[in-house]
Amino acid sequence: MAMLPSYLAELKETPSQTAGPYVHIGMTPNWSGITGVYPEDPGLEVIKDGVKGERITVNVRVIDGGNNPVADCVVEIWQADANGIYNSPAEHRGKADPNFIGWGRFPADEDGRLSFETIKPGAVPGPKGAMMAPHISMWIVARGINVGLLTRMYFSDEADANAKDGVLAKARMSGRDKTMIGKREGDTVTFDIYLQGENETAFLDV
Amino acid sequence: MSATLPNRVEEAPGFVARDRAQHPAAFTPGYKSTFLRAPKQALLSFDATLSERTGPAFGHNMLGELDNDLIVNYAKPGEQALGPRIVVHGHIIDENARPVPNVLVEFWQANASGRYRHKKEGYQAPLDPNFGGFGRTITDENGYYWFRTIQPGPYPWPNGVNDWRPAHIHFSIFGTGFAQRLISQMYFEGDPMVQICPIVNTISDPDAIDRLVARLDMNNTIPMDLRAYRFDMVLRGRRSTFFENKKEGN
Ligand SMILES: [Fe+2]
Repeated sequence: MAMLPSYLAELKETPSQTAGPYVHIGMTPNWSGITGVYPEDPGLEVIKDGVKGERITVNVRVIDGGNNPVADCVVEIWQADANGIYNSPAEHRGKADPNFIGWGRFPADEDGRLSFETIKPGAVPGPKGAMMAPHISMWIVARGINVGLLTRMYFSDEADANAKDGVLAKARMSGRDKTMIGKREGDTVTFDIYLQGENETAFLDV
Repeated sequence: MSATLPNRVEEAPGFVARDRAQHPAAFTPGYKSTFLRAPKQALLSFDATLSERTGPAFGHNMLGELDNDLIVNYAKPGEQALGPRIVVHGHIIDENARPVPNVLVEFWQANASGRYRHKKEGYQAPLDPNFGGFGRTITDENGYYWFRTIQPGPYPWPNGVNDWRPAHIHFSIFGTGFAQRLISQMYFEGDPMVQICPIVNTISDPDAIDRLVARLDMNNTIPMDLRAYRFDMVLRGRRSTFFENKKEGN
């Protein structure tokens, strides 16, 4: 068989492996009790003082297929600022709020819970310029998860925008759009992530 | 060239679809922890949007001087971690063979006896008072990284009656887009434990497993000091943007 010229050879992504039970040693060492190496764990704060936008607290719980808390997981979040701009070199539409970080990393506690302070993200354009409803991306890694799981948390107080969102529409086809909606009450949003079972969260392949 | 195309989209392009055959399935019975943690529904597949094409960036100024030196970053002044001294280095490129500069790479591992510094660790092997077991670095302008450490030991774990992990180092890597986020593990060339490990064997393609095995690199070994292992990683590539769909007049 003729070989492809080298400039067309396909390289393959490095395969994923589970983050394992000791993920906290590498990703949140201070939280795991190993202090003195890093001044602080990365990703503790998503926003800084003076950030523009509506302040909210997001409470997340991660649950396995036996209804047990996933006590040893780490969740990373990624979101746009209040104007829908990402704080990223790959964002070419403008500069994000200087007091906005947009990325966070949170280890779950013994009850599988984690929580963070942020601002409600603005809407971001999706395919063909149609606006996506405001959402926060979440990536979950742990022992027993072979490839990190990506999902989105949308907001229950955005019913109109959610109804027009393309990703939620895709999830609705299998009745799973509800699994991606965080419940907003006052300044608090509650979001349960089910890895498996009747209420299994819709996870993404993007 | 693409600047002259009228349809050019002014945003970071999307990604080549992830080849799931190169990765472990979610549910892999040989690794028991997946039984209750593997999603059973199909993933929702769609082309990455701005939410996944963008991702966080980290500055070199976040790094401490010893962050990429596990032999001393936790050690008492003047002391060092015990074990076979190695440097692990490599190139981070994407599927289009483009170097990935300025991205955060984090790593964690057991000590030379196979013991982690963790409250839930049940293995009787001793802790090394001079070894914390983690570090981090940021790739240079050409996508290269390196760190100094000791070769970790194999360790037993509760899965089957007598399962042992091969010596390995855990890696966490950021790309330029959140969809490139990756966690994996590096193994060592020639280790007979690799082929009998239930976690390694969650990957079904032997060529894919082979890409997680670091090669002994005598050319970069420092005589009378440490050996080198080379471990390159590939992140998902971005597509070209030549003819990306876009509404007229946008
Ligand atoms: Fe490990």
